[in-house]
Amino acid sequence: MTTVAVHGHDAHHEQATGFKRWLVTTNHKDIGTMYLIFAFTMLMVGGLMILLVRAELFQPGLQLMQPGFYNQLVTLHGLIMVFGAAMPAATGLANWMLPLMIGAPDMALPRLNNWSFWILPPAAVMLVTPFVLGLFGVGTGAVDTGWTMYAPLSVQTGWGMDFAIFAVHMLGMSSILASINVVVTILNMRAPGMTMMKMPVFAWAFLMTAILLIIVMPVLAGGVTMVLMDRHFGTHFFDAAGGGDPVLWQHIFWFMGHPEVYVLLLPIAGVIPHVLSTFSRKPMYGYKGQVYAIIAITVLSVMVWAHHMFTSGMSVGAQLYFMYSTMLISLPLAVLFFCWIATFWRGSMSFEAPMLFALGFVVLFGWGGLTGLVLADAAADAQYHNAYFLVAHFHYALYPTVIMGAMAGVYYWLPKWTGNMYDEKLARLHFWITVIAFNLTFIPQFFVGLAGMPRRIPDYALQFVEFNMISSVGAFILGFAHLLFIYIVIKCVRGGEKAKDKSWEGAEGLEWTVPSPAPYHTFDTQPVIK
Amino acid sequence: MSKWRDGVRRFGLAIPMLSWAGVALADYTFNFPTPVTPIAHDTLRVHNLFMVIALVLFFGVFALILYSIFKHRKSAGHKAADFTAPRGGKQWFFVLVPFAALLYIDYIVFGIPAYHAVLMYEDTKTDAEMVVKVIGSQWKWQYEYPEEGIKFVSVLTTPQDQISNKAPKGEHYLLEVDNPLVVPAGRKIRFITTSTDVIHSWWVPAFGVKRDAVPGFLREFWATIDTPGIYRGQCAELCGKDHGFMPVVVHALPEAEYKQWVAQKKDAMAKQAASADKTWSKDELMALGKEVYAKACAACHQPDGKGLPPAFPPIAGAKVAAAPFLDKDGRLVKDGHLDRVMNGKAGTAMQAFKSTLSDAEIAAVVTYERNAFGNTAGDLVQPAQVKGLR
Repeated sequence: MTTVAVHGHDAHHEQATGFKRWLVTTNHKDIGTMYLIFAFTMLMVGGLMILLVRAELFQPGLQLMQPGFYNQLVTLHGLIMVFGAAMPAATGLANWMLPLMIGAPDMALPRLNNWSFWILPPAAVMLVTPFVLGLFGVGTGAVDTGWTMYAPLSVQTGWGMDFAIFAVHMLGMSSILASINVVVTILNMRAPGMTMMKMPVFAWAFLMTAILLIIVMPVLAGGVTMVLMDRHFGTHFFDAAGGGDPVLWQHIFWFMGHPEVYVLLLPIAGVIPHVLSTFSRKPMYGYKGQVYAIIAITVLSVMVWAHHMFTSGMSVGAQLYFMYSTMLISLPLAVLFFCWIATFWRGSMSFEAPMLFALGFVVLFGWGGLTGLVLADAAADAQYHNAYFLVAHFHYALYPTVIMGAMAGVYYWLPKWTGNMYDEKLARLHFWITVIAFNLTFIPQFFVGLAGMPRRIPDYALQFVEFNMISSVGAFILGFAHLLFIYIVIKCVRGGEKAKDKSWEGAEGLEWTVPSPAPYHTFDTQPVIK
Repeated sequence: MSKWRDGVRRFGLAIPMLSWAGVALADYTFNFPTPVTPIAHDTLRVHNLFMVIALVLFFGVFALILYSIFKHRKSAGHKAADFTAPRGGKQWFFVLVPFAALLYIDYIVFGIPAYHAVLMYEDTKTDAEMVVKVIGSQWKWQYEYPEEGIKFVSVLTTPQDQISNKAPKGEHYLLEVDNPLVVPAGRKIRFITTSTDVIHSWWVPAFGVKRDAVPGFLREFWATIDTPGIYRGQCAELCGKDHGFMPVVVHALPEAEYKQWVAQKKDAMAKQAASADKTWSKDELMALGKEVYAKACAACHQPDGKGLPPAFPPIAGAKVAAAPFLDKDGRLVKDGHLDRVMNGKAGTAMQAFKSTLSDAEIAAVVTYERNAFGNTAGDLVQPAQVKGLR
C-alpha cells in the first residue's frame, strides 16, 4: 500500500500477504471489509433459499419440494438473514466507519475484533452443514422449526436443531464480542474534545445497538442451551409433563427477538441522518432529539416482547400492558421520522444513489411502522398474527432498513473505501428496480394475509393464487437487483472516476478529512474537536 | 361495472403470469372475509378505521416528502436553509402537534376500543352456552363435546393426487376435512384448546379468533356465530412437516339441525363402542385398518409403509411389526408395536393414538401394519384387547 511511506510505523511490523493477511489482521478496515463481504455472501445464500420458496409458492400444489424441505428453507432464510446478513452488515459498517468518524486510530480491542469476525464463518458453516448433508440424503436435514424455534417442536425435531443451537451460540458470542468492542471504542477512543453530545448520531446509534446486544444475546444463548438440555439431557424446561412450560421458550426467545428488531434498525437510524444531511447540503435537524429517541427506543425495546405472543394466551392485564407499552414506541420513532424529514426539508437536495436509498428507506419503513401499530392491538392481532399480513409487515420494517439502509451506507462511503466513484447511472437503476420489486413482492402479501393465508405453509388454497404469483415474480426481480448491486461494487473497486477526499459536496464529518481511499492507518494523531 | 370488470380481466389475461392461473380475477379480496362473530365484526371495524388513518398519515407524509423533493432540489436552484432545531414558541407548537396527534391516535382512537375488545375477547365464560374442546395433534384436529360425550377427529381429505398436481384441484383444495366441527349458530360457544404434541393454532378468519393449542395447558376463546354456514380456516402455528395440511372446517347449523346432528352422532358413537366387544375377523380388521392407516399414519410412514427415514421410520419390514406386542401375562410389551401406537414415543413425532383412535381403529391399524407392506406377523389384535389395555 502506498500509505506505508506516509505512515512510517508500518515498517516496524511486517504486513502478512495473501490469505494470512486476512486471517491475522487486526486492522479495523480489513475486518470491516470482511464483515461486509460475509454479510453479502449470506444475503445471497438466504436470498437463494427464499427464491426457492417463492418458486414453490408460484403455484398451488407441491412442484419442487416436499414440505419438510420447505420448512428447512424458510427457517434457514430467517436465521441467515438476521444473524448472517443483517447483523454482520451493521458490524461491518461500524468497523469501517466508527474509528473514522470519531477520530480514533482503530477499534479499541483489535485482536478481539479479529476473533469476533472469524467466529462467524464457522458458525455459518455449522448452521448450513445439515442442510447440505440433507441434500445428499445424510441425516435429518437442517433446522426446520422456523427461525423462532418454538418448543416443543424444536425439542422434537432432528439434529439440524443441535447444529443450529451451536451456531446460535457462536453467532451470539461473535455479536457480544463485537458489541463490547464498539462500546469500549466509543467510550474511550473519541477524539479529544468530542464529548458524547458532539459525537455523530452514527456513533450513538451503534453504542445503543451494542448495549442492546449485550443485554439480550446471553438470554438467547441460555434459552437455546435449555432446548439442548431438553433434547439430550432429560430436562423438562419446555415440557409440561415434567413441570415445564412451552410458552417459557417464547418469552425467552422474544426477549431477544423484539430488541433484535431494533438491533437491526438502530444502526441504519445512525446512517440515514448523515446521508440525508449530506445530500440536502443542510445540517442535521434535531441532533439531541434523535439521540434521546434512540436511547428511548433502546429502553422501551426490552419491555414489550410479549406482543409477539398475544395468541399464545396470557392474562388480560399482561395483554393490556404489552399493547400499551408497544404503542409507546411509536413516539420515539415519530421523533426520528420528524427529524429525518426536517433534515432535508428546505434543503438543496440532489439525488445520488445513497440519497435515493435513504429516502426509499424513510418512505417504506414508514409503512412498516404504521402497520406495526395495528398489530399492537391485542384483540385485532389475532387476525394478523402468523398470517401473511404479519410477514408483509415485518419485511416492510426490515428490508428497507437492513438492506436498503445498508446499501445507502455502502454507496455513501464506497468512494472513501475504494478511492473511486461508483457508476451513478447503474446505482440509480439498482434503486428503482429494488423499490419496484420490493413493493411488487410484499404488497400482495398484505392482501393474502387478510384473506386468511397463514405463514410458513408450502401449499395454499386456490383463493390465494394470483397474489402469490405476483409476489413470486417480484421476489425474483428483487433477487436480480442484488446481482446488479454486486456488479456495481466490483466495478467501483476495480476503477472509475477518482474520488475526492470529501467525496460529496455537502458531506460533513471526520471521515471526509482523510484521503480517499482511506489509508491503512488513519488518525495516528487524533484530531482535536473544538 | 361489468364493462370495467371485463376490461380489467382482459388486461389481466394479457399478462401471461396471470393467465397461467386460469382463475378469474374476481377471486381477489382486499380485506378480511365477511365477519360472523362479535369479535370478527369488531376486528373488521378496527382494521378499516385503522387502514384509513394509516393510509392518510402515510400519503400525507409521503406528499410532504414529494413536495420537498420537487421544491427543495439543487437542480431547481433551491438554496439550503440552516435550521437545526425548533426556534420560538410557534415552531415548538408545530413540532409538538404531530406527537400530540399520534398520542391521541394511539391511546384514544385505538387504545380505548382495544381495551374493551381485549376484555370481550377474553370473556369466555359469561353466558357461554356450550363447551367444545379443540385438541391439536400433528396434523389433525380433534373435537370433543363434553356435555354430549361426542368426540371425533378431523383430517384433511384433499387427495394426494391434487397436491402433487396429478389431478385438477377441487374447489376447496386444502380446506376440506372428513369430519367438520359442527356447532349451532346463535349460541355462545366456549372453546378450550390444548395439544398432544407441539404448539398448534386454531384459526377461522371469519370468526376473528386465533388461539394457540399448547401441550399441557388449556387456553380458551369463544365465538357466537350469527349466520349458519360453512367456515374454513387453517392451523396458524408451524407444527412440523404437514403444518400446511391441517385445515379447520366448521359447519354452523341452525339449532334444530344441530340437535339432529347430535342425536345421529351419539348413535354412531354408541355403535362404535359396542363394536369393541365383538370378535372381529381378519378381513374386517384389515379393511378398517387400511382406512385408518391412510388417515392417521400415511402422512409420515407413507402410503407404502416405507416411511421417510430417518425422521419417520419405515413400517414395512420393521422389527417392531414382527415382534410380539403382548408379554406372556397379556401386558403391553414396552416399546412393542401396540405400545408405540397407543402411547407414542416421547421426543419424536410419534404420538399417542389412544386418545384419538377408538379401540377398533387401534386394533385394526396394528393388525393391518403387521400384515401389509410385505409384513407377515400373521397375528391379529382384537378391539377388546385394546379396550382392556387402556
